[in-house]
Amino acid sequence: MGGVHPEENKLSTQASIEVFPLPKQVTVFLNQHLGAPATPIVEKGMAVKTGQLIAKAEAFVCANIHSPVSGVVNKIDIVKDIFGYAKPAIIIDVEGDEWVDTVDLTPTIKSEITLSKTEIVDKLKEMGIVGLGGATFPTHIKYMIPEGKKAEYLIINAVECEPYLTSDHRVMLEHAEEIMIGVSILRKALGVEKAYIGIENNKPEPIAKMREMAEKFEGIIVEPLKVKYPQGAEKQLIKAITGRSVPSGKLPIDVGCVVNNVGTAFAVYEAVQKNKPLVENIMTVTGKSLAQQHNYQVRIGISYADIVNHIGGLPDDTAKLISGGPMMGKAIVNLEAPTTKGASSLLVITDKEAERAEELDCIRCGKCMEACPMGLEPYLFSALINNDKVQEAVDNHLMDCIECGCCIFTCPANKPLLDEIRFAKGKFRQMQQKK
Amino acid sequence: MTEFILPAVLVLGIIGAIFGILLYFIAQKFKVVEDPKIDEIADVLPGANCGGCGKAGCRALAEAFAKQGNMEGLRCPAGGDEVAAKVAAILGIEASTAEPQVAVIRCSIGCTASEPKSKYQGMQSCAFANSLYVGESGCAYGCLGLGDCYKACQFDAIKLDPETGFPIVDDDKCVGCGACAQACPRHVIELRNKGPKKRRVYVSCVNKEKGAMARKTCANACIGCGKCAKICPFGAITVENNLAYIDYTKCKLCRKCESECPTGAIKAVNFPPKRESQTSVVEQPTTVNNENKEN
Repeated sequence: MGGVHPEENKLSTQASIEVFPLPKQVTVFLNQHLGAPATPIVEKGMAVKTGQLIAKAEAFVCANIHSPVSGVVNKIDIVKDIFGYAKPAIIIDVEGDEWVDTVDLTPTIKSEITLSKTEIVDKLKEMGIVGLGGATFPTHIKYMIPEGKKAEYLIINAVECEPYLTSDHRVMLEHAEEIMIGVSILRKALGVEKAYIGIENNKPEPIAKMREMAEKFEGIIVEPLKVKYPQGAEKQLIKAITGRSVPSGKLPIDVGCVVNNVGTAFAVYEAVQKNKPLVENIMTVTGKSLAQQHNYQVRIGISYADIVNHIGGLPDDTAKLISGGPMMGKAIVNLEAPTTKGASSLLVITDKEAERAEELDCIRCGKCMEACPMGLEPYLFSALINNDKVQEAVDNHLMDCIECGCCIFTCPANKPLLDEIRFAKGKFRQMQQKK
Repeated sequence: MTEFILPAVLVLGIIGAIFGILLYFIAQKFKVVEDPKIDEIADVLPGANCGGCGKAGCRALAEAFAKQGNMEGLRCPAGGDEVAAKVAAILGIEASTAEPQVAVIRCSIGCTASEPKSKYQGMQSCAFANSLYVGESGCAYGCLGLGDCYKACQFDAIKLDPETGFPIVDDDKCVGCGACAQACPRHVIELRNKGPKKRRVYVSCVNKEKGAMARKTCANACIGCGKCAKICPFGAITVENNLAYIDYTKCKLCRKCESECPTGAIKAVNFPPKRESQTSVVEQPTTVNNENKEN
């Protein structure tokens, strides 16, 4: 149901993953993930090693944070994030790159899984693994299945349906075996035999590579999927692979599914087999106006300004920088802000691409309804929200919106439909908190 | 023909009469006795339903007045003393008076002097922009300039500067209902006493960042240096979270703080122009002040 076909613009598929050089200083936010911020356990002046725990998860929905570099803690202060809002962070001056000695840095691939089911979940928690598909939900929580529910399917999301992004594409080509081991670890943690890896048909190379590798791993099935945005949205992916629909307000586990990103599977491999905490991720640095496209392996906490300097500055016609894909990503207003665990890209958008066209009146053509993958009525939301009827919009399933942006993409009247929906969702959450 | 019409008219007429009588007795039985004063009071209230009194609307306030029988804790800020006197007359008591208040925009919008740090193309709503990011000015505390206060004002008292898009309050039209203050997602707008001859001194900034950071964002930001608090002879100024606040109940409008402020964050409005010798220390008045003086 629904969906749109934005220009793919996968410019950086051929750019191999390069290791991004370490900067002089990194800034590590205490809230790198969905949920409560972690509590710092280091102080100003303390020496830290790469991979050392620097902030501990105390709340339930929270993740440990490890030092991405070795050096000395400069200070714990509030720092502005990419939106310009100040948030607490640990600032570390980089000195060399000395890892904690528990981490196995050798390139050998370790395929034997020695840990038990609960040990794996504890390991994921200890290593601060979060979902790298964008939402940064702490991974270990997904594997603590609530009582009375049973997981039947493990689904690995390698769809990467957002235009421009290629980090998953590259990881699949360069680390296929590690991913397969990671998937096997997750299967063990979940107690399921089979795992499905969903990949969009526009990535023939990764499909071939993963298929070839899957032959060695019994029970892992590579599932090529139709090219359509948002094929990689959790509920849409579950529907495409299992045929099951996640009911409104329910979680994937309610239909027996657990979904993880392919990048997370790689991080899981590194955490469980190599004892390596989540201190780096793969970022696509791309844009039509850039002479060279890149996929970098970036330590968390490196500022966007460092990346921009490294690629030799921005072209003159740059209008916007986006963290994430062009459909769901967030605009960066503060380049000094550091990257976080969930940062998947730095996308350079030109003046021409960024300009929103003039807003016209809604003629109720219904294109937004056709495009909505959740079967909602964005034009109706817009009318209700503009008349201050948030509750009525919620009664019409406003909260089921996954904010994919198909409606705003397709609207011939250029109405800011998603803006209005996000605004109303925020307002409704506030209303609920007040109650 | 008549043989059809007559029975129909008769039957309907009889049914109507029976129900009419029935309804009369039911109405008598279940009559809701309403204080006649409620209607009277509701008539004298402005009827804008601005919510400035804290009630759901004018009718709700009228009910509260009638129920309470006095005016303690109840007041129509939009109507002011005039309406208060009328309500008091209806209730048969003496009217309470209160200092009239006015909405004050505590942002000097000094950021507009520099280039906007980003360009916003989204939904034209401060509340929404606030949920996304700091705004075009780069200040996480100040006015976003998308006009939520303008939309909230029922009294046509807020205008948007055509050039900058930032709001300007018309002192004469503002009734101090506080609808704009409620609508502002950044809590930039405060209700302050109108003051004698509409003269007021206030800190025109709500930035709680540390001095250097605040100064970097805006030339007119309060940096929390505390100079104003030190010089104030009446102890009206407090500095909390790197931000000074002038208590309007204590301020005697001496304007010592205004000349002491190193960033020009303290504004004194509607005073006659200062003498030459003193103007050198005072920063250029912003557009907000100019407008106020014209009014």
